[in-house]
Amino acid sequence: MAQVTFLEAIRQALFEEMERDPTVVCLGEDIGVYGGAFKVTQGLLERFGWERVIETPIAETGIVGAACGMSFMGLRPVAEMQFIDFIACCFNQITNYAAKSYYRWGAPVPIVVRGPSGGGVHGGPFHSANPEMYFVHTPGLKVVYPSTPYDAKGLLKSAIRDNNPVLFFEHKFLYRRIKEEIPEGDYTVPLGKAVVRREGKDLTILSYGAMMHTSLEAVELLAKEGIDAELIDLRTLLPLDREMILQSVKKTNKLMVVHEDTKTGGIAGEIAAVVCEGAFEELDGPILRVTSLDTPVPYAPSLEERFLPNVNDVVRTARELANY
Amino acid sequence: MKFPLTREQQIELYYYMKLNRQLEEQMVKLFRQNKIVGGLYSSLGQEAISVGTAYALEKRDWLAPMIRNIGALLVKGFRPRDIFTQHMARYTSPTRGKDGTSHFGDLKELHVVSPISMLGDLIPVMTGVAMAGRYLGQKVVALTWIGDGGSSTGAFHEGMGLSASQRAPLICVIENNQWAYSTPVSRQVPARDLADRAKAYGVASSIVDGNDVVAVYQTTKEAVERCRAGQGPVIIEAKTHRMRGHAQHDPAEYVPKEMVEYWKARDPIARYENYLTANKLWNEKVKSEILARIEKEILEDQEFAENSPFPPPELAEQDVYCEGPLPNEAKWRRPIEEVRPPKASVKPEWTVKDFGGQEHPTPGGAPASISGDGTGAAARKASKPVKKAPPVKASQPKGRK
Repeated sequence: MAQVTFLEAIRQALFEEMERDPTVVCLGEDIGVYGGAFKVTQGLLERFGWERVIETPIAETGIVGAACGMSFMGLRPVAEMQFIDFIACCFNQITNYAAKSYYRWGAPVPIVVRGPSGGGVHGGPFHSANPEMYFVHTPGLKVVYPSTPYDAKGLLKSAIRDNNPVLFFEHKFLYRRIKEEIPEGDYTVPLGKAVVRREGKDLTILSYGAMMHTSLEAVELLAKEGIDAELIDLRTLLPLDREMILQSVKKTNKLMVVHEDTKTGGIAGEIAAVVCEGAFEELDGPILRVTSLDTPVPYAPSLEERFLPNVNDVVRTARELANY
Repeated sequence: MKFPLTREQQIELYYYMKLNRQLEEQMVKLFRQNKIVGGLYSSLGQEAISVGTAYALEKRDWLAPMIRNIGALLVKGFRPRDIFTQHMARYTSPTRGKDGTSHFGDLKELHVVSPISMLGDLIPVMTGVAMAGRYLGQKVVALTWIGDGGSSTGAFHEGMGLSASQRAPLICVIENNQWAYSTPVSRQVPARDLADRAKAYGVASSIVDGNDVVAVYQTTKEAVERCRAGQGPVIIEAKTHRMRGHAQHDPAEYVPKEMVEYWKARDPIARYENYLTANKLWNEKVKSEILARIEKEILEDQEFAENSPFPPPELAEQDVYCEGPLPNEAKWRRPIEEVRPPKASVKPEWTVKDFGGQEHPTPGGAPASISGDGTGAAARKASKPVKKAPPVKASQPKGRK
């Protein structure tokens, strides 16, 4: 068991999948000689060559479109968005071409579109986004958003082996800040399954991505106050693990959702509806949300700090809910 | 003829063009009887392009049709019943009623990729098909079409740029039918020839009379050979005219009458009939046999479609995700060892030898160069451009298009 960073875990997944399966190829901007803007693909070119590590023009529609075409030939392409914000440039290819292909004409599109997401690194309005919900709203896609190195590696492997288009969000704040001991060699983590990070009985906190770590910190502080919170990591946003959410609500009777995505139209709203439909009678309090502001991601550190949820926000909201 | 066609092949070209036309004429009737579920698009006057280009491909090659490429689907092996059932949204259609028109394909046997309504998307997609085919060692060519209108999209540009930089074996046929819905080509592009776009991507190009099926075939065949030889993508501009409205609901009153007359006199099927007669490739008997065969096939398949059920409602909830195995496992036509390390590995060297686009590190390290100058000049010389149509003088609708 070796300590690896979040980024290294992702790199290992790519490396091992390419080693294991010659139909896996990578394509994207600057992913070859330079190793990618964040060095996630470093070393892949030297190992697998130009044919499998394909450097492209700056053309996100071209990249994802070509990935779709390759997948029709039996390949499993992994397309990199240099920043996940740029996925907006290939929205059509993903939501209209890839997502609907199998449903319409029975042609699966086993592609992965991955890239660095999220704020906290002062990237400003176009290098900090969490655009996951545009895609969670699109039937036919799978949307994965890991929070730990172990999960990142296992989920990316599952995503590559899945026969559907999978969007894989890598929170860039975690890339080099989070380390974990992970087993060497092959393992997978199933898509569509949430995981309980900490068991508790007073209330349930649902989160994912970087906010998992914020929530974890909050849960530890809450424990000192005698509030026993259950923390669940969603890991996959689409398909959503409704079963585990409902199960936990039935146990704790109180629910809050913490996400870095903006509030309106964030997944917290969808989860609230799922719980109202499936466990309304079990609720002993309102479903509360801790999210970013409903604004673009601002640039200045003072503004971005105000924009992002923090540990205090989570603690305060949890306290409010516990005392309800 | 550089690429000779046998008499049988030339007769077959006629069969497909005529089948294309008669099938669409029949669907117009069905549309008027409210039997077509959605819109109906016509390729009237453009049949030579669909048929001539698709006919130049081999079985292993791939194509992706646009809305006016029913003829290409027929050449590739789909039957009129597939077209009827698609338009009539029947359970027996290739998409089981989940999509209509030419929005279907077949990965396993026919190598046809389905389009979507967003124009230009197929160019990056078919670039991927072409790249994957090369990677797997299949020596296949990918072909798709775009209209004069669609060639303004970002997807067209990104796809052409990517295919050019990858030297992908991709043929993009620009069907310049001179109308993007109601907008004439002169209000879309300040250029006489859309093939000129090829120069910007550094790819070879040709211009062909899109109403001459033999010329279309010859030009495409040349492009196929070029692609197969690893010389990179080709743009073919086929000049033609859309002889009906954008779709069946559109009377196309914005098209000047004299323009319609001009092109009517150049109808690809009538011209080809004259060609077959002048070259003594057929006689009245052969012709009437073909027409009888077409009529029989169309009526049989229409009957099949009309007797087919609509899909059961519960189908709406099924198959959002692919849960089973892939229907199209990768077919390797080269030793897999070549792409496995350490054989695949490289030293990451990058030298720009000539900024003119003559030398790049090529995928797989295979030497490749573009022999065309990318201007299309050579191709233009080889293929006689069509006589210029009269300029559009009709008043255009004001305001936004």
